[in-house]
Amino acid sequence: MGSEHTAKAFDSDLQELTRLVAEMGGLAERMIVESVDALIRRDVALGKRVAEADAEIDNLQRLIEERAVLTIARRQPMAVDLREIVGAMRVATDLERIGDLAKNMGKRVAALDSDFQPLKLIRGLEHMTDLVQSQVKSVLDAYAAHDLPAAMTVWKGDEEVDALCTSLFRELLTYMMEDPRNISFCIHLMFCAKNIERIGDHATNIAETVFYMIEGQQILDKRPKGDMTTFASVVPGN
Amino acid sequence: MSEVSLSMSHAAGPVPTVTLPEAPAKITARNLNFYYGEHHALKNINLTLGANRVTAFIGPSGCGKSTLLRIFNRMYDLYPGQRATGQLMLDSTNILDPKLDLNLLRARVGMVFQKPTPFPMTIYENIAFGIRLYEKISKSEMDGRVERALRGGALWNEVKDKLNASGLSLSGGQQQRLCIARTVAVRPEVILFDEPCSALDPISTAKIEELIQELADDYTIAIVTHNMQQAARVSDKTAFMYLGELIEFDDTNKIFTSPGDRRTQDYITGRFG
Repeated sequence: MGSEHTAKAFDSDLQELTRLVAEMGGLAERMIVESVDALIRRDVALGKRVAEADAEIDNLQRLIEERAVLTIARRQPMAVDLREIVGAMRVATDLERIGDLAKNMGKRVAALDSDFQPLKLIRGLEHMTDLVQSQVKSVLDAYAAHDLPAAMTVWKGDEEVDALCTSLFRELLTYMMEDPRNISFCIHLMFCAKNIERIGDHATNIAETVFYMIEGQQILDKRPKGDMTTFASVVPGN
Repeated sequence: MSEVSLSMSHAAGPVPTVTLPEAPAKITARNLNFYYGEHHALKNINLTLGANRVTAFIGPSGCGKSTLLRIFNRMYDLYPGQRATGQLMLDSTNILDPKLDLNLLRARVGMVFQKPTPFPMTIYENIAFGIRLYEKISKSEMDGRVERALRGGALWNEVKDKLNASGLSLSGGQQQRLCIARTVAVRPEVILFDEPCSALDPISTAKIEELIQELADDYTIAIVTHNMQQAARVSDKTAFMYLGELIEFDDTNKIFTSPGDRRTQDYITGRFG
């Protein structure tokens, strides 16, 4: 962001906002990993802890919003400063939603009571989570460093997550058709896969915010999309 | 055997960007230079003020924005040793033409200053005085003109019952609106505002800002201001000047959200010097 403001307190206000967003991002990343970990290991206690951690993220979001509003009122920020503050608020909103999605997965752990646990599905979910978590990490780093190319890599990289989600959906549908006793488990897993896919979408939202903060305009290109679960349907065979 | 089929179709348009339609040119400067004796105060200024647009001039003290404003109605002619070169057109009139009738120019290009400067006479006479310089009209016509001017200056309702009171008896904000009414009274084409609100309280400032936007329906407006938020609120176009040069001139919305030049950005975000 270049040189300092004549009013030094303005700089520390902005730094504090960025620091709070980073703290929130760290929490969100941990919640993603732990919620899926709990899911795979059927660790109900861990799932519960993840669900509880969401309150902390919510608090941070409120704090960031309050600080941002106060800074706007005090400093009447312009141009890059204004975008910085609007950016912090937007990223905080995305992180709060990521927290909600991870919390939702944490709560589902307790509902998974079946012994049915096909390894292929679990591996698929793990792989998807790894991808998404690294997307979230990369985009938060890009946000902190104002690194536009890194943010754009995340923005374009969501396609693979979408494709994985689609293939997981396809598989889950097949399992459910094979044996109705799998339905309960598969439905929960399906929601989890969708949650992870949504977390990936929030990572691309943050990438768009980074673009806005640096370029001063909204991104116009269409993002490549591979999520076709919306169009999934069961076609009776011959 | 069943299988899962996937299909896909979606369409989305690009996000439209909003830009101001171009206005016809009212004042055009080409390679305009200005000198205070030896001091080269304005360097190769090129810009166009659109008709019925509000154009704001911002920049640190001494950047030349007030100087530029004072060229628009040849105010600098009052002082020896000051000269302008280049081209400055008001429609098809060359403002810099030495043979130009300055009274006529100043009737076309009115000016409102930083400090309210009402004449030491009645409110009515403050307005009528300027009209009489240019026109011979009857008392009843004059009454109508004074009322219209005071309404134009958003002051009529506050002074209609005391038109014979001294202009100096009004509050600072009212005095400034009286000066605006006085300017409007001679039906200019362009109004120049040089820091019109810097001596006023926030409520008077808000009234003047609202007035400036209303005036843009009928006049072309140029305003010099140190208050960046004010420039952002009232103007359509903003010019950023620094050390006698025009650094950036663009839509106000663009200047205050994502300026193109680093110096503009540093200035409007308070990182200067």
